[in-house]
Parts: sequence; C-alpha cells; structure tokens
Amino acid sequence: MNWTLALPELVLALSGLAILGVGVLPSRNTYYACSMAAIGAFLLTAVLVLGAPEGTGFGGQIVSDAFSRFTRLLILLGAAAGIALSLDYNAHEKLDRFEYPVLLVFATLGMMVMVSANDLMSLYIGLELLSLSLYVVAAFNRDNERSAEAGLKYFVLGALASGLLLYGSSLVYGFSGTTNFDRIADALSDPAKASAGVVVGLVFVMAGLAFKVSAVPFHMWTPDVYEGAPTPVTAFFAAAPKVAAIALFARVLGGPFGDLAGQWQQVIIVTSLLSMLLGAFAAIGQENIKRLMAYSSIGHVGYALVGLASASEAGMRGLLVYMAIYLLMNVGAFAVLVAMRRQGRAVERVSDLAGVAKTDLGMAVWMAVFMFSMAGVPPLAGFFGKLFVFKAAIDSGLWTLAIIGVLSSVVSAFYYLRIVKVMFFDEPVGALDARSGATTFVMTASGLFTVLFFLYPAPLVAAAQVAVAAILG
Amino acid sequence: MGGITEMAVSLAHFLTVSAILLVLGVFGIFLNRKNVIIILMSIELILLAVNINMVAFSAALGDLTGQVFTMFILTVAAAEAAIGLAILVIYFRNRGTIEVEDISTLKG
Repeated sequence: MNWTLALPELVLALSGLAILGVGVLPSRNTYYACSMAAIGAFLLTAVLVLGAPEGTGFGGQIVSDAFSRFTRLLILLGAAAGIALSLDYNAHEKLDRFEYPVLLVFATLGMMVMVSANDLMSLYIGLELLSLSLYVVAAFNRDNERSAEAGLKYFVLGALASGLLLYGSSLVYGFSGTTNFDRIADALSDPAKASAGVVVGLVFVMAGLAFKVSAVPFHMWTPDVYEGAPTPVTAFFAAAPKVAAIALFARVLGGPFGDLAGQWQQVIIVTSLLSMLLGAFAAIGQENIKRLMAYSSIGHVGYALVGLASASEAGMRGLLVYMAIYLLMNVGAFAVLVAMRRQGRAVERVSDLAGVAKTDLGMAVWMAVFMFSMAGVPPLAGFFGKLFVFKAAIDSGLWTLAIIGVLSSVVSAFYYLRIVKVMFFDEPVGALDARSGATTFVMTASGLFTVLFFLYPAPLVAAAQVAVAAILG
Repeated sequence: MGGITEMAVSLAHFLTVSAILLVLGVFGIFLNRKNVIIILMSIELILLAVNINMVAFSAALGDLTGQVFTMFILTVAAAEAAIGLAILVIYFRNRGTIEVEDISTLKG
C-alpha cells in the first residue's frame, strides 16, 4: 500500500492534532499561536501536495492526480486566507479561542479528502469531516442568538443533505455492485444498460451535492447561514468549501458517471439556470451585505455549473478556472467586509460603506475592483472566468444557457455597482476603524491578482487543463 | 409448520422498508412544526434507512463493502448527533425555546 499518496492529508491531520494539543495546555490565550501554526501547517501541506506522487492508494479509496493537486492547492489557499482574515475580527469580538483554527484545519482536511476521494466511502467521510467542522464554526459566536440560529439551520439542512447523498450512494452501490469510482465507471460504460436504480441513486447524490454547493433549489440555508455566522466564518464558507464541493461535483459527474452525461446534463442545466437567475434577482433588495454576498455566491455557483452543464473538456476547464478566480476575488471582497468596523463594533449594512472612498480610498478602490470583477467587467479576472464557461456552453450548443447567463450577469451588475456607487458618491457616515495588516495583505494580494490576471492567464488555464484531463481521460 | 405460509424476505422488502423510513424522515423534517428534537430524530431515521439499504445490498451482492460503509455511517451519525445536540443547547441558552416556529430571526 502506497501511503505516501496521502502524505499531505496525514501531515495536516497530525498538525491539527498537535495544534489541538498545544491549545488545551493550561497557559495564556493560545489563539494567535494556534492560528499561526495552522497557517504554517497549510503551507507545509501545500509544499507536500506539489511534490506528491500520482496514483491510487488505500485500496482504491484515495486518488492523487493533477485534479486533486489543483483543487487541494486552491483549498489550502482559501483556508489560509480564512484564518488570516479571522485574526483581528475574532480578537475584537472575543472569539479568540484556539478551537477556531483547529476546526478550520480539520475542515480543510475534510475538503482535501473530498477532492481526492475515489470511492463513495471516502467521499462521505471527507464531506462529513468538513460539514461537522463547519456546523460548529457557524455557531462559533455561541453567546449570539443569530450565530446559534445559523449553526442550527446549517446543521439541520446539512444533515438532511448528507442523508440524501448517502441514500443515493446506497442505491448506486446496490445497483452497480461497487462503491469504487473506477469500477462504477466500468459498470456504467454502456449507458443503455444502466439500471433505473443507478439513475435514481445518481439523482439523490446530485441533490446532496447541490445542497453543499448551495445551488437552487437547495440554496435555502445559504442566506441565513451567511448572515448569522461571524463574518470571518462567512468568508471561509464562501471560499474554500465552495471550491471543494464544486470540484467534487465535477469529479463525481465527470468520472464515475461520465457515461451517464445524457442523464445528468439536463438536471445541471436547470439547476445552473435557476441559480444564475436567483443570484441575480434576489440580491437586488438586500441591505445586509453578508446576505447580499450569499445570493451573489449562489449566482456564481450557477455560472460555474454552466461549465459542468456543457459536459465537455472545455466546460470542465472553464469551471476550474472560474472557481479559482471566484475564490480569490471572494476572499478579497470578504477582507473588506471583515474590515467593516466602526467605533469597535462590526457593521454589515450596505449603507455602512457610504462614502468610504473619502475616508479610506485604498479599501474603496479594492472593493470596487472586486465588485466590477464579480459583475464580469473586462479586463478584470471575473470577466475571463465567465468568458471560459460561456464559450464552452456555446461550443456545446447550449445557446439558451449562455444567453440567460449573460443577461443575468447584467442584472447582477446592478447590485454590485450599487455598492461602488454607495462607496464613492454617498455622503460619509463616519470613518471606519483602521484595518489590520493581515486584512490589508489579503485584500491587496487578491486585488492584484484580480487586476493583473489578464496579463498572464496562461499558467492557471494550463494547470486547469491538465487537471481536467486527469478526471476525464 | 401449521397454516403459516413460508415467505422469504427478499431484497425488495428491505428496500421498501428503507424507502418508507427515508420518506418518514424527510417528512418529519419538513412537516414538523413543533420541536427541533423531532428533527434530530428524523435525521437519525434517514441514516438508519440508508444503513438498512446498505446491509441488504451487501448481503444480496455477497460483498462486504456495504457493511463496512454501514460501520462508518453509524460512527459519523453518532458524532453528528453529538454536534447537533451541542448546537441545540447553545441555541436554547440564547433563546429559551426550541420551537421550530421560533427559529426565524434570520430571514429576508
């Protein structure tokens, strides 16, 4: 058994336990030290992921390939940014407990297992490790009514989603005779012979996964959880777990069920269409900026699913590029949200950003960059993400999907640009507090990526191409 | 054996029971307007439906994978229940109620 295939996961698991061990020592507050150790563990794991050998190990449970390398690096990046953004906020809100970085490390471990799963069993274990950690961090501000409610809602709906996913897995197992992705693909290599049981199982699995990526019609939890959870937790939710869940979606549909594309393509088209439209229209009336970002993220999942709906290599590549760009611009936008603090109190209404350009020009400019990028204005990164997925959709003959996608991104530009208008043209309501160095760093780094991506897009696109070839080839 | 007709319990019977349990669980989550504890019970019901499916398929296929999967599901379900109850306790501390209809601070 080649255990070196899972070396990054093993190292991250041991680091998580070690950080937990340090955290429980009866000394002064270890939150900061544990957070730094967690970021260090992410860096070390990223180095190991880069040097990891390729192959299938642990009795076919885990696969290490270009796809899992690409997505694991994105996940680690998103998780490290999530911890960096939480440092200052958690200290202010008295949430600076060491459990926070420990939970994020285990959530990241779950995501890494998820995207390198090659069996329904390891998929489930990874997904649950992620979900159980996320339920707890959603309710992390335990003395706050809204945070507790967010945790409770997320738990109930997340557990239901896991249940549906499992029920689907059991049907797929029963009617194809195996839980291993490679052998499921063999069993389904002739779509005409696929039994109805497998198709029903696939629908359940897709429903469970759609819950996790918050695609319509399984999006109900997203706005409530995004609004109720502490802002750095929301920032984490919107970045790494979303990328991991979408990647898992792509691997499951493209790999074991690749030959059933005729069965799942219609479902993904409808889901993607509804997500884009809901993301565009429901966010218009939102005053709470976290709630607005929740609807925005539902919309972005819709755009990413356009790539999956194309069921082609170009579409999958577009999906990976889209998620990479989405991760970076979302992390940047949430860095601004985390920095929204006036006289020591966190504020989260759109109107609280009024006139920020006059008091903190740097932050206003970066936020404008992220908003323009999310709206898909060239030459910012977000435009290229949309370009790749829409082009793949047109090449696959999905004209309606591409046209509705473009139209809904025009509608969503309304609320993104409203934020820019509020920041630059409304009367200031008082200066925001000084932001921390870590927040500024995250904001600047992702802002520079968003602005400069068009100069040198080749490496990211090439990496996504190699990654997609690994699951479709 | 007297007048009792011998009838073998086939895979279809197990699948039917498990499908009924799944539907009961899902309805228990969505139709229940009273108490969050009932939702937790419904979640367990769904997971048990899956376990019945898994074990039945495993026996029918003569393949142990399904039973191994069941062991994992049981373990994770225990952890999930523990976390669910913990979240419920902090919710109760904040609100003093666990009525489903009262869980509505966040909306819009």
